[in-house]
Amino acid sequence: MAALPRLFGADAPRPGKHTWRHSLTRWLFIGISLTFLVAVLIAPLLTVFAMALAHGIGVWLHAFSDPDTLAAIRLTLLTAAVVVPLNTIFGLAAAWCIAKFEFRAKSMLITLIDLPLAVSPVVAGLVFVLLFGLNGWFGAWLQEHSISVIFALPGILLATMFVTFPYVARELIPLMQQLGNDEEEAAITLGAGGWLTFFRVTLPKIRWGLVYGVILCNARAMGEFGAVSVVSGHIRGLTNTMPLQIEILYNEYNFVGAFTVASLLTALAALTLLVKSGIDRAGYRRR
Amino acid sequence: MAASTRTFREPSVLPGFGLTFGFTTFFLSVMVLLPLAALVLVAASMHWLDFWHVVASPRALGSYRLSFGASLLAASVNAVFGFIIAWTLTRYDFPGRKMVDALIDMPFALPTAVSGIALTTVFARNGWIGRYLEPLGVHVTYTWIGVTLALTLISMPFTVRAVQPALAEVQRDLEDAAETLGAGRFTVFRRIILPTVLPALLTGFTLSFARAVGEYGSVIFIAGNLPLKTEITPLLIVIHLEEFDYRGAAALGVVMLAISFVMLLAINLLQAWGRGRLLRRRS
Repeated sequence: MAALPRLFGADAPRPGKHTWRHSLTRWLFIGISLTFLVAVLIAPLLTVFAMALAHGIGVWLHAFSDPDTLAAIRLTLLTAAVVVPLNTIFGLAAAWCIAKFEFRAKSMLITLIDLPLAVSPVVAGLVFVLLFGLNGWFGAWLQEHSISVIFALPGILLATMFVTFPYVARELIPLMQQLGNDEEEAAITLGAGGWLTFFRVTLPKIRWGLVYGVILCNARAMGEFGAVSVVSGHIRGLTNTMPLQIEILYNEYNFVGAFTVASLLTALAALTLLVKSGIDRAGYRRR
Repeated sequence: MAASTRTFREPSVLPGFGLTFGFTTFFLSVMVLLPLAALVLVAASMHWLDFWHVVASPRALGSYRLSFGASLLAASVNAVFGFIIAWTLTRYDFPGRKMVDALIDMPFALPTAVSGIALTTVFARNGWIGRYLEPLGVHVTYTWIGVTLALTLISMPFTVRAVQPALAEVQRDLEDAAETLGAGRFTVFRRIILPTVLPALLTGFTLSFARAVGEYGSVIFIAGNLPLKTEITPLLIVIHLEEFDYRGAAALGVVMLAISFVMLLAINLLQAWGRGRLLRRRS
């Protein structure tokens, strides 16, 4: 199509906007933005890969042969595999309840769901230590029955669940509110059951928002440090997740090892953003 | 049950309210509310003098000073640079704009431990950027500057993402009209742009601050963690826990929790204010 000059909208040519002062401000703003982002964000990201590959790809690959690192990767995958589905089911239930119905105290419920985002990760870990730790409320009982929660897998799962609790719900609630109830009401009126309506009408509408919520929840679950660090006990090969393994290797001055694990998590974060911008570009999501 | 449910919520033909509401409140209570209640109860079981002894000790006061000071500074830095970045992304087109826009969310997805070790390496004495700052006498790592830098990075997306939609709302015909009537760029900024984006900017500031104040992972690598100097409050909680001083940890945890609640309240009020202003402008 021939490029016609646009007369309306944000890109329309604007009279008197092409003076040297405007292009100076423009480049000044772009310059400041990029300088800030390079210093604070892009340089650290590049460092991760530069440090991980500092001694070549062979050393990078060799870092994975450390059994403790492999155990940390396995534990992180296991944690995400348990936490993400549970928080997804919760997110779907919460979004259905909040977006489809009008009830009292709804805004309070939304605020409470968001609460874990405002709480320090260290406090998130602390609450489970107070409940299940040795001197905690259920500590004596748990020890009698030789169940370990703190410094063991259950504690890591609980702390991760707390921290990633709102992610799917936050993504779905505004999306479902915006999409409205008309199609669901039509389906129910025509005789479809609740589950059928959910799977055939609602789920296809919200699937990209759901995908984004799930991958963000997953990235956060795999990368959580503060909360897990408090409950894990840092037992090598047993209760160290990938971020905790990074800390241990880094503090031992094993920088290649630390940045090798970090490079995996950075790649995961980049992949998460890639999927997100793909979804955004396709226009499946709001905004 | 049916009667009380009916007054509790408006009638609807859609099914599943009981199931989803029940599951949501149950899971929320078990996972979040009861554990937080336990924290408050443990702290409440302390004698108030013991409680005061922990939360007002010189070491605790030093940690508040750093946590609050660095978080305020980081949120302010983000208010300035976040506004500039949001402005650049909404107003100008340049090669790589979409990539930069996507990159803004990176600190949301990037594990804090990774941010911590990467920033420390870049700003260390012999790091990519640190080597140029060191001759100027600016020591970033193991000082409060490093703490502020880490908090700036992890809370940066909140301001940008809060301001971006508000900037898109600014009516450009108003700007043009003002300029036609002889207003300079600065007057346009002060009288038209700033009033429109102010609620969003303040919301972004508060969100950034709330996120920064509780941050742990990225800070401990760059801070040096010296008592009274570079020790943040979350780290002090961890230290109490490592000494098996559960009550001391709970006391500090309650202080942090109270700050979280105040921040949440402030964010809700700011957002209500912003919505109210937007509605009035449109009507």
